[in-house]
Amino acid sequence: MDTLVAQLQRQFRDYTISLSPGFFGFLDDQFTELKKLQDECSPDFVAEVVSLFFEDCEKLIGNMARALDQTGNVDFSLVGSSVHQLKGSSSSVGAKRVKGLCVTFKECCDSQNFEGCVRCLQQVDIEYKSLKAKLQDLFNLEQQIVQAGGRIPQVDI
Amino acid sequence: MADEVPNLAESKLTALVVDDNYVNQSMHHKLLDRLGIENDVVCNGQEAVDVHCSGRNYDLILMDMDMPVMNGIQATKRLREMGIESKIAGVTTRAKEEEMQEFMEAGLNDFQEKPLTISKLLSILHKLDFYVHT
Repeated sequence: MDTLVAQLQRQFRDYTISLSPGFFGFLDDQFTELKKLQDECSPDFVAEVVSLFFEDCEKLIGNMARALDQTGNVDFSLVGSSVHQLKGSSSSVGAKRVKGLCVTFKECCDSQNFEGCVRCLQQVDIEYKSLKAKLQDLFNLEQQIVQAGGRIPQVDI
Repeated sequence: MADEVPNLAESKLTALVVDDNYVNQSMHHKLLDRLGIENDVVCNGQEAVDVHCSGRNYDLILMDMDMPVMNGIQATKRLREMGIESKIAGVTTRAKEEEMQEFMEAGLNDFQEKPLTISKLLSILHKLDFYVHT
């Protein structure tokens, strides 16, 4: 019978793999690059950077929403500038689905497609919140493994 | 994985990260730290110019292209006009050919597409003769 640690480690592996491009595609291999930078000197590096990313999401989505709210007088270059920023951040942390949405969103900005922009904004908002919940679950699993006396398995995305 | 990352602390290299995005600042700062390269971070091209005006100098500058106040192209041109001979590597998200051309002509020594990784940073260091892969 599996120990608690083994069960948690298996859960962690399965959950991480479920986030990868071959499954639900929330994350890409840049997330593995991010994990490589975490070490004994900065044991919470991934959580800190991811937290910065989600703060960035909130700020930029707020900017986009305000810009799109100027009915009849939308500055699409302003929206596009925020989308570009979000694309950059999401790319840096490996947030694959958010990044993909930003590509579509930028195209809507460039073609001044208001309805397209509004749809993209809604989708980006849903997507970053989903990712935030998923990563919180992942970090919780890590914590449980450590509290149970185990080591966190290395799982590459 | 930690065994594969070279430590360049003995070479006493210094670097400046120029990027307006906090996520990228954090990543690039940590990447350089991990390689043992002492580094500072500023938020835009104007701050990069100001820090050099205050007398600081760096072996390597990682320069983002799109930034408020003063962008990477303007900052690179300004630093070269000031006589700054540091190696400058442009770090950009995918840009149009003509934008890349303009960035290179401003005075870059190299460029890499974001997101930066350990291997991309080592490639920059190798190309700029800061690191020899063994």
